[in-house]
Amino acid sequence: MAVDMGKLRWGELEDDAEDLDFLLPPRVVIGPDENGVKKVIEYRFDDAGNKVKVTTTTRVRKLTRARLSKRAIERRSWPKFGDAAHEDAGARLTMVSTEEIILERPRAPGSKAEEPKAAGDPFAAMGKAGAVLMVCRTCGKKGDHWTSKCPYKDLAPSTDAFVDKPPGAEAAASAAGTGKNTYVPPSLRAGAENRGTEMRRRNDENSVRVTNLSEDTREPDLLELFQTFGPVTRVYVAVDQKTGVSRGFGFVNFVNREDAERAINKLNGYGYDNLILRVEWATPRPN
Amino acid sequence: MRPILMKGHERPLTFLRYNREGDLLFSCAKDHTPNVWFADNGERLGTYRGHNGAVWCCDVSRDSMRLITASADQTVKLWNVQNGTQLYSFNFDSPAKSVDFSVGDKLAVITTDPFMGLPSAIQVKQIARDSSDQISDSVLTIKGPVGRINRAVWGPLNKTIISAGEDTVIRVWDTETGQLLKESDKETGHQKTITSLSKSADGSHFLTGSSDKSAKLWDMRTLTLIKTYVTERPVNACAISPLLDHVVIGGGQEAVHVTTTDRRAGKFEAKFFHKILQEEIGGVKGHFGPINALAFNPDGRSFSSGGEDGYVRLHHFDSDYFNIRM
Repeated sequence: MAVDMGKLRWGELEDDAEDLDFLLPPRVVIGPDENGVKKVIEYRFDDAGNKVKVTTTTRVRKLTRARLSKRAIERRSWPKFGDAAHEDAGARLTMVSTEEIILERPRAPGSKAEEPKAAGDPFAAMGKAGAVLMVCRTCGKKGDHWTSKCPYKDLAPSTDAFVDKPPGAEAAASAAGTGKNTYVPPSLRAGAENRGTEMRRRNDENSVRVTNLSEDTREPDLLELFQTFGPVTRVYVAVDQKTGVSRGFGFVNFVNREDAERAINKLNGYGYDNLILRVEWATPRPN
Repeated sequence: MRPILMKGHERPLTFLRYNREGDLLFSCAKDHTPNVWFADNGERLGTYRGHNGAVWCCDVSRDSMRLITASADQTVKLWNVQNGTQLYSFNFDSPAKSVDFSVGDKLAVITTDPFMGLPSAIQVKQIARDSSDQISDSVLTIKGPVGRINRAVWGPLNKTIISAGEDTVIRVWDTETGQLLKESDKETGHQKTITSLSKSADGSHFLTGSSDKSAKLWDMRTLTLIKTYVTERPVNACAISPLLDHVVIGGGQEAVHVTTTDRRAGKFEAKFFHKILQEEIGGVKGHFGPINALAFNPDGRSFSSGGEDGYVRLHHFDSDYFNIRM
């Protein structure tokens, strides 16, 4: 059986590999649908001998009516030369942009650009698009601007406290109208989209506590570590103000609960900067 | 529209040029190796290896057989477009900045930068049909402008040479005698260095872009200023549409905004203006760095832009573009 797989070494096979592993399921082609999207599902073995399912989704899109002259057609069949001679199809030098770019007409001064369509959970929508997740600290709003570009930045700026600090409802409501002097939590500000705590509560359910962090772990480190599991809305690392060292724990808020769950499963017990991380739900696990 | 992104260069782009039939796009960059791409789907055809310095400019002959490139390594090289072999190399004493084939491809005008005490110059070389007959002597050498001459192009019927550069003055030279025929007016002309020059499809007018944040349209014969297009950014590249009354201008970045540009799909845009009304039609965003090169496909249905980020973005216009009403 090992012989069939070519240059695999028997010692690299898993102990519980089935005998008939070398038989791969057949190639499936899901033909072009009305959008012209075609899916091809193939199975192959990768270098380690694992069965790998490769799904290729292609969409044929006619970009332009290319009316080529006779000479141009000849040129089309020229062999590649120079650095292009050794390029394979997977070189990905040439890619169609994933974003649709339009010729933006100039706006009259004063009118705002159109807001991106808000899905039920704006953060989730941004995460799915695969775009950079921009969270503005001032209005806690969906990702279309960074804090420095916040259109609501003339409202009371947020302090260094947790965003989750429960606001004093009466004080905040009156403070919302008094201008810059008092702290107005993002959810109660004039421009905030979600007045309720609905969005934040959901986020706290997706909150993960990370303990046993090393002294010089900071937010960017946690972000880098956790964002492979999915879009992250917020990272926080508790730091001792006097000494500047990390107090050894922090919180990561995911957009999707499933991502948080996967992160917990994968990273609990993970060795990071010479310490074994403990990763768990931040609140007593809600069901 | 969905631009096609081509990352063939590791360094900033300097120049883009389509061939006469619009099926090939040549890109020059600071990374020493010009590339050639198919203009419909952006697939790379090949690269021209041989230069040792940034390639500033290129031109392709009308039959798309010969490519000429000007480089900072003080050479101008002639290439066979099809297989990338170098046919000839002209040597100079200073970096070569701009190159342009004449109508008929028998001559080429080359500009060289001032270097180590040598002033900048405009040189005309004869291009032989068969490169084995090629000689390297200049047919004509013109000196005069102070500072870099960023672009020099042929006037109608090769009777004149138009040059523009760092000293902000556009000059028209006679090809036979090398004499200065006309100069652009100082007051109405550009106030800062002219970075780019682009001829119209019929050769009757041309567009210059300058670091003074404007682009100006001039008549080719009389050198009168026809139109001015004002932007907010220093202009690095400009092009005239061969099909509609549009011009496109691409540029750098206002210094004030250096720290506040955000990371989302690049904010640098190529601005479209109505050629006659001088009004902005719109902008096409996408580049992550200042736009250094712009070129329209001769059929006017697509254009490409090259940026400081090393990307060439090839845009095929949607049908809405052709229905724009001002």
